[in-house]
Amino acid sequence: MPADSSTQTLTVALIGNPNTGKSTLFSALCGVRQQTGNYPGVTVEKKLGRAEFHWQPFTLVDLPGSYSLAPRSPDEMVAVDVLLGRQKAVDEPDAVLCIVDASNLERNLYLVSQVLELGKPTIIALNMVDVARDRGITIDLDILRKRLHVPIVEIQANRKLGLKELKQTLVDTIKANPPVPDSPFPEAFQDEVKQLESQCEDAFHTPLPRYLVERLLLDTSSYLSHGGIREINDSIQSAISASRERLASAGMPVPAVEAMARYQWIGKLLDGVVRRPDSSTKSRSDKLDHFLTHRIWGTAAFVLLMVFLFQAVFWIAGPASDWIDWLKGYASTFVSAQLAEGALQSLIVNGVIEGVGGVLVFLPQIFVLFLFIAILEDCGYMSRAAYLMDRLMSRIGLSGKSFIPLLSSFACAVPGIMSARVIENPRDRLITILVAPLMSCSARLPVYTLLIGAFIPNERIAGLLGLQGLTMFVMYSIGIIAAVLVALMLRQTILKGATPPFVMELPSYKVPGLGIVLYRMLDRGWAFVRRAGTLIFAVTILVWAAAYYPRYEAAANPSEQLRHSFLGQAGQFVEPVVRPLGWDWKIGCAAIASFPAREVVIATLGVIYNLGEDEAEDFETLGETLGSATWEGTNRKVFNIPVALSIMVFFALCAQCSSTLAVIKRETNSWRWPAFTFAYMTGLAYAAAFLTYQIGSLFVG
Amino acid sequence: MLADAKVGQTGRVLQVEGLDDVAVRLLEMGLTPGVEFKLIGIAPLGDPIEIEIRGYRLSLRKSEATRITIELSA
Repeated sequence: MPADSSTQTLTVALIGNPNTGKSTLFSALCGVRQQTGNYPGVTVEKKLGRAEFHWQPFTLVDLPGSYSLAPRSPDEMVAVDVLLGRQKAVDEPDAVLCIVDASNLERNLYLVSQVLELGKPTIIALNMVDVARDRGITIDLDILRKRLHVPIVEIQANRKLGLKELKQTLVDTIKANPPVPDSPFPEAFQDEVKQLESQCEDAFHTPLPRYLVERLLLDTSSYLSHGGIREINDSIQSAISASRERLASAGMPVPAVEAMARYQWIGKLLDGVVRRPDSSTKSRSDKLDHFLTHRIWGTAAFVLLMVFLFQAVFWIAGPASDWIDWLKGYASTFVSAQLAEGALQSLIVNGVIEGVGGVLVFLPQIFVLFLFIAILEDCGYMSRAAYLMDRLMSRIGLSGKSFIPLLSSFACAVPGIMSARVIENPRDRLITILVAPLMSCSARLPVYTLLIGAFIPNERIAGLLGLQGLTMFVMYSIGIIAAVLVALMLRQTILKGATPPFVMELPSYKVPGLGIVLYRMLDRGWAFVRRAGTLIFAVTILVWAAAYYPRYEAAANPSEQLRHSFLGQAGQFVEPVVRPLGWDWKIGCAAIASFPAREVVIATLGVIYNLGEDEAEDFETLGETLGSATWEGTNRKVFNIPVALSIMVFFALCAQCSSTLAVIKRETNSWRWPAFTFAYMTGLAYAAAFLTYQIGSLFVG
Repeated sequence: MLADAKVGQTGRVLQVEGLDDVAVRLLEMGLTPGVEFKLIGIAPLGDPIEIEIRGYRLSLRKSEATRITIELSA
């Protein structure tokens, strides 16, 4: 059939349990033709892809991986709203594509049984048939198809097998009428639902989808009846309570009745369909699991892997910024040769090129970290890492899943915060995101190195412990201690609530697919550039303008220009505020200038203390310059040990990194959280720097 | 209850106590009355635990496992 104007784009919703290869299937069907965004008001990522089959275009809506369609929060409600056409951000789906893990049919069919009740044309993609075969599991698909009345297509998404059949089946299924699903619930329960349904229709003057009525009856969290679906009046509320009492006395207690009914329905469905090998034979995955969760070997393997992961990100950060510096230098030279000196040249060299470089410098780290994470996730180790670390992280009210995002943040908070996506619980994820910037990232290192080298005596305590090394250790520890305290405080205050369940599937191990691993790596990098990069770029230009304007024609050197710029004026303006930290206005100015990125403070200190720009990179020289700087109009030195420590402590805890804030904005889909992060970290940094200087001065005098 | 089971033991779930999110999640994951389980292991730090049910592996915290009453196989 050739394309004509009557060919309408069909919308297909893709849903499935986690670890079923859903994103692999999504990328196999759509490739790079996709767009991402956020659903309004929630943190759920909206992901749409385009595909076509025989000139029939499709829009594929990728819904978040989930075990059940029983929403108890706005985030979980998104999938139900999309499927029922209640979510305005996407078209109502013409069909639902359910991806199911063939090696784990029983639990996967739980979600399927819920989807079927929506009454939409539904297709089941039976994925990982090869894994099931390897594990000796046989499935009689003919019987299953007859019992389910739903098309089932065998696929291997990672090897792109069965996709043609899948698309053909989609087209055929959408044309046919959807079958009326048989309810898995006992009749008494169905009668209660019908009663409630007509009551709701009378009250709201429009029918409520049967599935939502069912959910109202089953939801014990009161989320759905208080606006999740809509505000439910008292008479319906009491009807629900009465219904539940009748069901409980009939041996069908809410909410257990749902799981009992569905698993019973699945049991009947799979009776004689699935054959598993004798459970006493251990699969390769079982043996590997035994080793990797072993008390000694498992722990050792974990520590080694984490050290390697951390080192890889850390190592790439250094050379990456060197390459970017080289590129920036090359581009600057080129532009300077082409353009006359002036505002335009400065804008391009110090604004545009800096800004682009400031975005690009994160890409190698993001790629490396997400390469690792994608491999760990795809091979099944990610959930083992959470399993191993859960006890430790639960002490600060988080779960094991927060470990890798926080560890990665020691290298760089930007990929660390992005990797917090592995945490399903929204509150845990938010707390992890909010404390991740407290981990001492690699951008703090030059600040520490410069100040420790210049002002901390190279001596040993008791001939063993180097003072310089100890200071470095303390700086890293301050971040960790602050993160623990902040996480605990957030749990007690603004992010209060019951401890979320840590009920996590430990998927079978498998060889990670190269395609999906690369795809995820590039996907994350691209998402960063597009969504956070623009912001980072804009901030860099703003700070450039603040340092460049207004022009001070009489300036003999860059230092004097800076002093008269908006930035310099701001530094002088905040002097009374930073004075208690032991800082003069120049340090205050450098701190403000470092808002785009902490390491900028070094270059700014170099310029402002009147050091030739070329030497700014040389810590020795800069250290000496700082050492001889005096308070204006006096002979008193600006820098001493308490001042150096106060600056270091400030930079250990402050939020002087617009990239981090931009990524928090992107990941939380709100300005509230980056604003909060900036406020609490700056407050914390100020207080800690104040204490450091004041207490330190008592000793130094 | 499940939290007291030893590594390698098998049995059946009798009941999951409670009406909250944790109880619902445990039920959804297949810990319904009558289902058979095997305790596969305990994490090196002593928590959480790993069990096998319905042909797959599930980990849960001991605090959650204390809500699950069980009957061990003879």
